[in-house]
Amino acid sequence: MKLTKGQKVFNVVNFFLMLAVCLITVYPLWYTVIASFSDPLAVSTGSVTILPVGFELASFKKVFEMDNIWTAYGNTIFYSVFGTLLNMVLTILGAYPLSKRRLKGRRVFMLFILITMWFNAGMMPSFLNYRDLGLYDTRAAILLCGAIDTFNVILMRTFFENVPDSMEESAKLDGANDWRILLNIYLPLSVPAIATVTMYYFVGRWNSYFWSMLLLKDQSKVPLQVLLKKLIVEVSYSVNEAVDMSATVMTEQTIVYATIVIAVLPMLILYPFLQKFFVKGIMVGAIKG
Amino acid sequence: MTPTAGKTRTQTQRFWHSVLRDKHLYLMMIPFLLWYIIFCYKPFGGLVLAFQDYKPLLGIEGSEWVGLENFKTFFTGPFFWRLIRNTLLLNIYNLIFGFPVPIILALLFNEIHHSKLRTVVQTISYMPRFISTVVIAGLVVNFLSPSSGIINTFIKMFGGEPIYFLTRPEFFRPIYVLQGIWSGAGFGSVIYYSSLCSIDTELYEAVMIDGGGRWKQIWHVALPGLLPTIAIMLIMQIGNLMNVGYEMIILLYQPVTYETADVIGSYVYRLGMEQANYSLSTAVGLFNGVISLILVTSANFVSRKLGDVSIF
Repeated sequence: MKLTKGQKVFNVVNFFLMLAVCLITVYPLWYTVIASFSDPLAVSTGSVTILPVGFELASFKKVFEMDNIWTAYGNTIFYSVFGTLLNMVLTILGAYPLSKRRLKGRRVFMLFILITMWFNAGMMPSFLNYRDLGLYDTRAAILLCGAIDTFNVILMRTFFENVPDSMEESAKLDGANDWRILLNIYLPLSVPAIATVTMYYFVGRWNSYFWSMLLLKDQSKVPLQVLLKKLIVEVSYSVNEAVDMSATVMTEQTIVYATIVIAVLPMLILYPFLQKFFVKGIMVGAIKG
Repeated sequence: MTPTAGKTRTQTQRFWHSVLRDKHLYLMMIPFLLWYIIFCYKPFGGLVLAFQDYKPLLGIEGSEWVGLENFKTFFTGPFFWRLIRNTLLLNIYNLIFGFPVPIILALLFNEIHHSKLRTVVQTISYMPRFISTVVIAGLVVNFLSPSSGIINTFIKMFGGEPIYFLTRPEFFRPIYVLQGIWSGAGFGSVIYYSSLCSIDTELYEAVMIDGGGRWKQIWHVALPGLLPTIAIMLIMQIGNLMNVGYEMIILLYQPVTYETADVIGSYVYRLGMEQANYSLSTAVGLFNGVISLILVTSANFVSRKLGDVSIF
């Protein structure tokens, strides 16, 4: 098909707009990477813009030498892996029964969980609840906090509802009970769904900081994001407020960039795999209400 | 025995029969429901704090009841209007400047006919969704740094004076809205893009046969096709007018910018966690929760009336 002149112009304009979108999205991340490798002096005088100036691994070396980074990294992996596991077990155990139209009281149970999306007790009552349960400053609190996301329950339930009933009926005839049917029939059929919801939980766990910050006092238990909050935000403010740029202040800034790189790296490596699932999830969530 | 009584008995029997039949399903739900009871419903009891002068040493039983005193303190306090104004304004700016961006992005993505190129652009634009609040805040703080931030480097390059953006109240709202667009617009376009994909291609062809160009196609086919989704997303966002991402705000604000940056969520956090004023914090949170509940349920009601698609 021949393109008219107007269409050609449109395509060119659109191409440049898209290029701009990509640049705006990528540049902050690109800058962080090049700044972390650059000479601290060049970064602090603002001469690093498109390519690294000098090449130094000193900032990374400093970051790797900090013990608390590794502890926090380990904690994040622990919370993300076991937290997501707990998320999935609870979510599946709730979503599967709720996907059965024959279940008596299904509407009541649905209302029971939906209410929590519209109204919650708020920060202080929730915080005091953790404290009263003896969970303050424990790893268990971080695992239990946000162990179910109602939105994900609804997603999972929608997926289960789409599995044809005939599968269940034939298994019932063979004498299988509901646990067996869930494990042997529904779970294998819902692998894409399970992957999607797992990703949602995992990314959420990896990136969350707020409740970990509230619930943990012991620095050896904090996840990476809480430590990063200290390093990135607080150090950066102190750099900004420094009257004269001493050598230590300058290196602090490239250390901040190096820390960001290390913190974001796993997500960016996983990203191409994750994003497909994310998109799938949002579409299912939108179709069904 | 009357026939109705007989019928009710069989109904109850049938009910218990099906409960017994599905006993394993109910068993499965126990841990799930317990979590909701312990972590979502039990804290509701803590809301009594809002009506007390809570002292941690005395506990809920021993603390004095003060009725609506905490609410009165909040409503007549110096921060009430400032918090309402900041919360609403940040959301309204988000609505005006942030809301259209994913829609425009989806329309432009839809106009890329080279499918590989489109996938690449979309994949890149979703990326910030995977970056945590803390890291985004760190990027904002560093990029806006007066001494070495890249933004000020550009300002200096063009002969301007560096500005310490994060200490200037007038810049807080644009900064907040812009970081929100950067991190959310790409991924936000997914929902619009997926409804664009479901538009019948014959409609585009019809416009083309009538001699309409790309703009005509967007205006007469794509945009009308998106309207139901736009309406629902808009209603949802209006329903959330009283909720702001305070987790981001507490990373970006400083006492000098509280004037424009402090919102209800961040105030609740500061009162409770930093000043240990549990009662007032709970009262402010409860006030916010009730208003949000009213807004969200009315938004949901409207969207259900409008069409069969609703988010929740």
